[in-house]
Amino acid sequence: MSLSSRHLLGLYGVPKEDIQLILDTATTFREVLERPIKKVPTLQGKTIVNLFYESSTRTRISFELAQKRLSADTINFSTSTSSTKKGETFKDTVRNIEAMKVDMIVVRHQSAGVPTYLTKISKANIINAGDGLHEHPTQGLLDIYSIKEKLGKLDGLKVCIVGDVSHSRVALSNIFGLKTMGAKVSVCGPSTMIPFGIESLGVKVYNKINQAIAEHDVLNVLRIQLERNAGERIPSLREYHNYFGITTERIEKNNRDVLILHPGPINRGVELSSEVADGPYQVILDQVTNGVAIRMAVLYLLGTMH
Amino acid sequence: MKIILKNARVINPIQKLDSKLDLLIEDGVIQKIGEISEKVVKDSQIFDFENKICVPGLFDMHVHLREPGREDEETIDTGSNSAAAGGFTGVACMPNTSPDIDSAEIVKFIKEKSKKNLVDVFPVAAATLNRKGEALSPIAELYEAGAIAFSDDGSVIKNAGILRRVLEYSKMFDVPVIEHCEDETLSDGAMNEGLVSTILGMPSIPNVAEDLIVARDILMAEFTDARIHIAHISTKGAVELIRQAKKRGVKVTAEVTPHHFTLTDDSLKLFDTNYKMSPPLRTTSDIQAILEGLKDGTIDCIASDHAPHAIEEKEMEFVFAPNGIVGLETTLGISISELVHKKILTLNQLIEKLSINPRKILNLPIPEIKEGSEVNLTIIDTDLIWTVDVTKLKSKSKNSPFDKRLLTGKSISVINKRQMYFEDNYIRI
Ligand SMILES: [Zn+2]
Repeated sequence: MSLSSRHLLGLYGVPKEDIQLILDTATTFREVLERPIKKVPTLQGKTIVNLFYESSTRTRISFELAQKRLSADTINFSTSTSSTKKGETFKDTVRNIEAMKVDMIVVRHQSAGVPTYLTKISKANIINAGDGLHEHPTQGLLDIYSIKEKLGKLDGLKVCIVGDVSHSRVALSNIFGLKTMGAKVSVCGPSTMIPFGIESLGVKVYNKINQAIAEHDVLNVLRIQLERNAGERIPSLREYHNYFGITTERIEKNNRDVLILHPGPINRGVELSSEVADGPYQVILDQVTNGVAIRMAVLYLLGTMH
Repeated sequence: MKIILKNARVINPIQKLDSKLDLLIEDGVIQKIGEISEKVVKDSQIFDFENKICVPGLFDMHVHLREPGREDEETIDTGSNSAAAGGFTGVACMPNTSPDIDSAEIVKFIKEKSKKNLVDVFPVAAATLNRKGEALSPIAELYEAGAIAFSDDGSVIKNAGILRRVLEYSKMFDVPVIEHCEDETLSDGAMNEGLVSTILGMPSIPNVAEDLIVARDILMAEFTDARIHIAHISTKGAVELIRQAKKRGVKVTAEVTPHHFTLTDDSLKLFDTNYKMSPPLRTTSDIQAILEGLKDGTIDCIASDHAPHAIEEKEMEFVFAPNGIVGLETTLGISISELVHKKILTLNQLIEKLSINPRKILNLPIPEIKEGSEVNLTIIDTDLIWTVDVTKLKSKSKNSPFDKRLLTGKSISVINKRQMYFEDNYIRI
């Protein structure tokens, strides 16, 4: 069994069999992570570069740990300056890295499409670790994995993505991946945060949080980008919390069976109340553990492809 | 030197001319039209243009020549070569050079530099100082130096109050103000806002960013009774606004680029920066409206918006890459393939949009094909099938989304200012 593409650029258009294979492989690695010695020699001799043009400690650590668990050699390249500000272009940087004979590149970049562009200028397997507001496929996969783990199925499940959907690569990867796996996906948030034409992707739009909680099995609650939004898309964080924040009271009034996911880091008191963030409805830390297993699965499947 | 162009179908809509004729040209002037025997005319060079059409030289009213300032991307000379290869005998160049074309010296510099070339270059000067939209440029002085229109192209004139003064002032010279219509508070994006931008998670620009300014500009032109020309229209809303304004008698004209009537935002799925332009590529329904607008005359002309960029600038992360593509050498081929062969426009209508109307808008004389006239012609093979190859472009820059595209129709030769461009060579005639 192998994947149909040698890169993971996004979940848009990825066939069901591929997603299923990644989820199944992750289950195997999830077991490895429970062992006293959490390491397998699968990617020994492979060199992986983590090319991070946008700071993201969490995603980078998760990838790095997954690479170490698979015994790969890892190099980290992090910078926050874009090629417009530096003398060297992005392409030159990549060519330089390529010359060091790397097998895989994990890339995070503030500009949508950079992973796709990388496939044209590099021979390595490319894994998208988040590009602009486009996709974050391993996050989508780990969310899907976590839902399946808790609820036992995906087909027919109702999942609502809550918050700033128009500024979220996590939302898009979730929508594409979950729909492929047979789930019904909706979004809920202020109208200013719902992207154009999302309904034509077969996604229902909610503007009332109580209704969204009542009508779904899962809420995947997005992080509100504090710096980006206050004043422009929402009047204030306080108003956001009052009208769209997930609180224990709202959950208990509308749907005690709901499962809460959050990609982290959490803004307590904004999208989630502290009580919810630490409470019984959420699986936030399981998501983090599953993230390592999912990334191991993706690295393994791409790294051992011929 | 004497040359004879034989057997071409000679078309000139303004003369109601359309017949198979020979032309005898001597020292750059048409001496005789009709059936000309090479036996009668001694020492002449014969060009057999059987099955080709011969039309008044094509004119591209929207090109960026990059000189002065970015001679690594294009110069007046290389841009003129590109124009000649694409079938144009004249171009109007936009003022967003470095420095901007906002002083008489730069207008004169461009006129002087292009003097020796086959292709006529007419500078469009900045409407406001440094194209900042704050203070009027020396419009009278620029006009006197040779500027034929005023524009802050690359940017919109943000402030309606300043636009009013620009319109009023240019009206004294009966020249159009050319507007790049885009409300900057809505255009902070890298592509069209639509389903594709949603799927790609790309910052986007809605149609209304253009429609708003087109509406404002039409109202301002109506209010001042001055002439406004809408550059590179891309939305169905803009087409309709212009159609209605023309019905009311507003002095508005409009142009469209080949990419805006052939490509949609769907092409951006590969994140190729050669599809990044301003205004952005829109949707199929916008293209439909633009084709209707071309047909019914709402859109007066076709212009390339030739915008050369260095490879290292286009080979960048999508949101950082500059806007624009080269177009002088593909405009005619795309227009014939997409408009004439697909029966959107007749050949006559296409010639109006590529030769007659741009000159009318810019108050330039329209070349006549009659005895005694100075020769200014383009010879076109409407059936020639060829493949665009960016490596062979005469332009210094290679940023084109049409690379490897199969086109039907191409310019074979252009003649102007006692020079003939034929088979990659300039011949003095
Ligand atoms: Zn423009």
